Amino acid sequence: MSVTVKLPTQLRASAGGEGAVVVEGSTVGEALEALYAAHPELRERLSDEDGMLRRFINVYVSGDDIRFGELLDTPVVDGQEVQILPAVAGG
Amino acid sequence: MSATNLKCRECGSVYELDPIYVCERCFGPLEVGYDNSALSRDIPELRRRIQGGPQNLWRYSDFLPLPDGPPAPSGRNSSRVGLAAGCTPLIRADRLAERLGLGEVWVKNDAANPTHSFKDRVVSVAAARARAFGFEVLACASTGNLANSVAANAAALGMVSYVFIPADLEAQKILATGVYGTNLVKVRGNYDDVNRLCMELSGERNWAFVNVNLRPYYAEGSKTIAYEIGEQLGWRTPDRIVSPVASGSLFTKIGKGFADWLDLGLLEGELPTMNGAQAAGCSPVATAWAEGRDFCQPVKPNTIAKSLAIGNPADGPYALELAKSSDGSIDSVTDDEIRAGIRLLAETTGVFTETAGGVTVATLAKLAERGEIGRDESVVAVITGDGLKTLDAVRGSFESFEIEPTFGEFTSKVEASLVGVQ
Repeated sequence: MSVTVKLPTQLRASAGGEGAVVVEGSTVGEALEALYAAHPELRERLSDEDGMLRRFINVYVSGDDIRFGELLDTPVVDGQEVQILPAVAGG
Repeated sequence: MSATNLKCRECGSVYELDPIYVCERCFGPLEVGYDNSALSRDIPELRRRIQGGPQNLWRYSDFLPLPDGPPAPSGRNSSRVGLAAGCTPLIRADRLAERLGLGEVWVKNDAANPTHSFKDRVVSVAAARARAFGFEVLACASTGNLANSVAANAAALGMVSYVFIPADLEAQKILATGVYGTNLVKVRGNYDDVNRLCMELSGERNWAFVNVNLRPYYAEGSKTIAYEIGEQLGWRTPDRIVSPVASGSLFTKIGKGFADWLDLGLLEGELPTMNGAQAAGCSPVATAWAEGRDFCQPVKPNTIAKSLAIGNPADGPYALELAKSSDGSIDSVTDDEIRAGIRLLAETTGVFTETAGGVTVATLAKLAERGEIGRDESVVAVITGDGLKTLDAVRGSFESFEIEPTFGEFTSKVEASLVGVQ
């Protein structure tokens, strides 16, 4: 499955300035692993010591927060968009 | 100015006072840091200076992240720059207290702001800072009250504005935004969808999104509610605050306002017990509280309290922390309880609040009923918005008489039916 991971401005420097990276994977977790393989700096930025997503990062698949799905096991299909955003905004 | 830097609330990393809102290292929220050492030298003089300041929130400029003190000389009726928010009434609510079996209840009526909600406080600060940064466009993601305020403040300051709202917002809030000549964008989705779009846009457009890239400055405006309550009570803290919780920013900044002034010695007393109020139809923070968690699971909102309908609250963890450390709680109330809360406040104080205020009053009633509030306690209910913004909530909640214009009709149809009632 080929999916596009969209990065917020805060992460682009760690991804060679790219705002979107196309990776392979059938779940969000697999897509993120592929992203880390391409841009190793991103692993530490996004994950804590236990390999979980940091507390103040939200991930969306086609607009839906993965906490409404199966977190990192949330499936992704070909052509879908995975968006990473800071959690702290709004209100 | 005593604002010195931005500091990450999670990891402590320090940044310049720039238009940024998340920590580069850990994505934690950035907060404005201050150096109040110069202010603490002469507290009586500081009190006099505050009391001699303008009759609006700029009297607290020493404690706000403004570039060069207050934006301009201003008074309640003569603000030269923008809208003069703040200095809203603190009303002693004895009949409300009596109905609830309480001793001392106060209503902080923040509907008495220029666009009829507390949001004018946060937007005033964000807009002043946005102008200092050189932004030409003011923008926001809003559940309605913020939309009114951003559109109005942009008009007052001669700025272009973009306001993003959920498409299904109350008609009153849409009308009271569009009238100011803003670029009003109705997004097909809930507030969290709007917020996600605005976060993406803030990275792509060089705009001042008051509650995204300007959020550290914006949030500081809410501290002025605590400052005002302290000053209005004669430089002391109340025993308890009941405040609505949507993102949790207002709630936590009220706590911070009291804590800062207590530390400085400007206020007598202790940090108030902080009780947060949510609608049952959107209660991620109250649910986390009930389940003893320190993080919030997002929800899809379904409540008449649309101004509180944030399913993914940014400051949820901090609201939980504050409720816990102050011996308070985060409660939730049903839509029917919200309607009853609006009526109770209106009938006992003459203050007509929107659904968010109904949430606050209903939560106060719930706490009183549970016996959690002592009769010797002073309690302040923070009423954040005006009832004219959510008229549907009270439609059909009372009866009226319709008669011919004759004395006979009045006595036979009105007075006759009231016999025994009054």
